[in-house]
Amino acid sequence: MAFVAEPLAKLIAEFNKLPGIGPKSAQRLAYHLLRSSEEEARALAEAILAVKEKVKLCSVCFNTTDCDPCSICRDTQRDHSKICVVEKPSDVIPLERTGKFRGTYHVLHGTINPNKGIGPEDLKIRELLSRLQNGIVSEVIIATSPNVESETTALYLQQIIKPLRIRVTRLARGLPFGAELEYADDLTLGQALENRQEF
Amino acid sequence: MNTSRTYQVEGVILKQARLGENDRILTVFTSELGKLRVVAKGACSPRSKFTGNVEPLTHAVMLLAKGRNLDILTQSQTINNFLDLKKDLWRLACGLYVLELVDSFTIEGSESRPLFTSLLEILNELNAAANSEIALRYFELRLLRYAGYRPQLQRCAICDQPLRPELNFFEPSKGGIVCPHCYSRENPKARYPVSVEALKVFRLWQSCDYATAKRIKLKSNLSTELDHVLHGHISYLLGKELKSRLWLQRLKKELLSKERTATVNQGVC
Repeated sequence: MAFVAEPLAKLIAEFNKLPGIGPKSAQRLAYHLLRSSEEEARALAEAILAVKEKVKLCSVCFNTTDCDPCSICRDTQRDHSKICVVEKPSDVIPLERTGKFRGTYHVLHGTINPNKGIGPEDLKIRELLSRLQNGIVSEVIIATSPNVESETTALYLQQIIKPLRIRVTRLARGLPFGAELEYADDLTLGQALENRQEF
Repeated sequence: MNTSRTYQVEGVILKQARLGENDRILTVFTSELGKLRVVAKGACSPRSKFTGNVEPLTHAVMLLAKGRNLDILTQSQTINNFLDLKKDLWRLACGLYVLELVDSFTIEGSESRPLFTSLLEILNELNAAANSEIALRYFELRLLRYAGYRPQLQRCAICDQPLRPELNFFEPSKGGIVCPHCYSRENPKARYPVSVEALKVFRLWQSCDYATAKRIKLKSNLSTELDHVLHGHISYLLGKELKSRLWLQRLKKELLSKERTATVNQGVC
């Protein structure tokens, strides 16, 4: 890009590497930053650096945190007998937003994917099992996404946790709010019918 | 001349990959057009009309629109989502192995109706909790046949003499069984001895339908022998180890050790 100043071209190229950002969006973001004040640009740069320098994984639940153990694992008001198992750190956010769960989490950092050669040893499953040995945990809630890889992970977890005599539950399946019944797939609709509740 | 931009296919979804934020690329094995790659727009959104219809191990009728590069999925109606299969860890692993096999042995746009029928047959059998070992071996033999690699089981693949009822050997590079005489003379790299019993089963399965094939009662060592030979042939042809097979082997080992522990515990009680 000889017609664009070298630092600007470099910024565009860096933005372009981000997920969901194409060349046009990268260009738009770079020009926006160029127009914005120096404080704004510095704040963004510092925020990016801080993420890389300060954010690490919690040694208990493996969620992203800036202090170890994370605020959820340290919270004595939370129910430590319940562990909600999720695939990735970003899955904790929507579950916390519901305000319905006061237990703790465990982040697997992926799912078992036989066709890609990702097995249990590539995930934080061994760490989950060692958490379950302390005798405090009475329930493990499997909150994996409803797809084939996550289903494999959930079934595998169920198989290895059941012998420990710990209750294994999973999130209910059903229709999302605002969805149209006409377009619901048979699997979801079938499970919504099976798990119907008293009204 | 058909100028319609849309067309309908019946297929089984082999795999899917994410495309951008919300879309998915599906690899579908269809009865009409063989293997296809299509785009399901917005399929990652929880409110998408495709949610649940575009997962691997789904048999569906799909309406596709011709796209510039890849065709676009516009409608999908599930025929069978093999729900029982997906509820069992072992059978789910078998199903994923079958899908990877089909994906590895087929090329895009090459139609094979008999293979499609066989694929549906095995998925239905796995869904109905049939003997997965027999179903998998029978399917592997069918797949090799439809892919053009039908093993030579009647005559020696080197000297062309009829095989005798004795211990023979399977030589993947020759595409079939070789007699002990040729095996020692040629000194091939084959590591797959084939017993008389195993050869009989292979020959029967190569010529009969599944209803007859599943009547056979396989002893554990014979089942292992059949698996060993076919796996050797398949990995030689593909030049790689299927990842889903490694998962299958791992689960088999875990399930066997679990069974052994249960038996020991019962003995103690």
